[in-house]
Amino acid sequence: MTLALDATLCGLIVAVALATVLGRGVFRAIVFFIVYGLLLSVAWVRLGAVDVALAEAAIGAGLTGVLFLAAVGKLARTGAEAEPAPGRPHLPAALACAGLTGALAWAWFALPEPERPGSDLAAALPRAGVENPVTAVLLNFRAWDTLLESIVLLAALVGLWLLARDEDWHDRLGLPQHVRPGGVMESFGRLLPPVGVLVGIYLVYIGADRPGGAFQGGTVLAAVGLVAALAGLIRTPRVTGHLWRAAMVVGPLVFLAAGVAGAALGAGFLTLPEPIAGGAIFAIEIALASSIAVTLAFLVIGPPERGHRR
Amino acid sequence: MGDLATYAFTGIGLVFFAAGSAGLLRFPDVFSRLHALTKADNLGLGFIALGTSFQAGSWRDVALLALIWGLMLLAAATVSQLIARDALRERDGE
Amino acid sequence: MTGPTLYALTGAALVGIGVFGLISARHLLRRVVAFNLIGSGLFVFLGAAGARGGAADPLPQALIITGIVVALSASALAVGLVVAHARASGRPALPEEDEEA
Repeated sequence: MTLALDATLCGLIVAVALATVLGRGVFRAIVFFIVYGLLLSVAWVRLGAVDVALAEAAIGAGLTGVLFLAAVGKLARTGAEAEPAPGRPHLPAALACAGLTGALAWAWFALPEPERPGSDLAAALPRAGVENPVTAVLLNFRAWDTLLESIVLLAALVGLWLLARDEDWHDRLGLPQHVRPGGVMESFGRLLPPVGVLVGIYLVYIGADRPGGAFQGGTVLAAVGLVAALAGLIRTPRVTGHLWRAAMVVGPLVFLAAGVAGAALGAGFLTLPEPIAGGAIFAIEIALASSIAVTLAFLVIGPPERGHRR
Repeated sequence: MGDLATYAFTGIGLVFFAAGSAGLLRFPDVFSRLHALTKADNLGLGFIALGTSFQAGSWRDVALLALIWGLMLLAAATVSQLIARDALRERDGE
Repeated sequence: MTGPTLYALTGAALVGIGVFGLISARHLLRRVVAFNLIGSGLFVFLGAAGARGGAADPLPQALIITGIVVALSASALAVGLVVAHARASGRPALPEEDEEA
């Protein structure tokens, strides 16, 4: 019975992915991609990975979808929306891709059976300072990955901002939004943020013990900011805003500080000794969530563009 | 008793979802499709939330289900308004 | 067939579909979308490998969450490049393929 559910879900996911790639029109492809992300987050719940499901729904489907839809609008503004003619059907490419899928399938069946998963992890978890094993891995056992990831986010934002034209540099980020005063979008922008901020902070706070955490909560907060900006209720900041720049780097900085504290206490860089682990992870989560929220929102809004002046 | 209510309410919800999807596929223009989607699917989701709340372990879970339904209503109403306005503009523009 | 195997095969199929989209699409935005399909297909494959033997292993989960966030930042940079390219050339496709079409 549950296998029938899984098979239906997998069939749907593959069908929607095919529609994303093969369908006509870039807009349609993006809509299918958003549907794909939502179906995929259900698949993550079925695989028992609720933390990943939250991240996939919020980032994979939500923010990525907004990013692509906004890109279609920006392309239309440049006058480059015309869809290039679809190429000839690539039979060799299709065969090669089928071969790739076949090779991955073969690799799956050739994989050795795992030992009981996470036996070392289960033994180490009581010393991690948090109860959610995924948070323990992210912010304690494999803190290097997460620290570097937060710096990758910053690097991507710097790269994106480098694409701004010189004359646009002092403008506000992204394009200005024109919203009918008192219209539905404005009311939506007023109603949603209180609930969204609550949900975002709750997800950050609960991440120590249950599914959630800095990434999922930070994404929800970023989405709240995007909705408010889309509704014209807040104006997007400028590249030169010092407070926003500080918010972008506070996460990596607190993370580094905790790492150095670990070294000073004799445990080694980025190794959190048990007495301070709980508090340190909580501080890192809050700082990281602020940085992630600001950086992700800026990544989706894009570099400053002309249009604010005029 | 609770299980029976769950079956009944989620069953009703699924019927509404099926009707909404049929409307989406069969109706001729954007506005009637939006009508089918928002009316039928919002009701369907409400019934499914009602059905699942009989399985909830606590009133907290019931409140969360109600919150989710409320947020979905808000989002669906806003999005359908925006789509309809865009469709109107496109129709009048041509 | 068990659940994880089913999802692993789905992930394998998604990688194939994504690579095909990456090769066959001309519109650069569609290529970025296809690239995201490849990434998430690999995540599903990895997640399925971590879900064998009952409970989901937290280690791949943490890696996948990291991966999802990095995928978004890479996509944002890619989209920025696509928009900048389209603004400079007036076409959302690569020049050599424009001539071919």
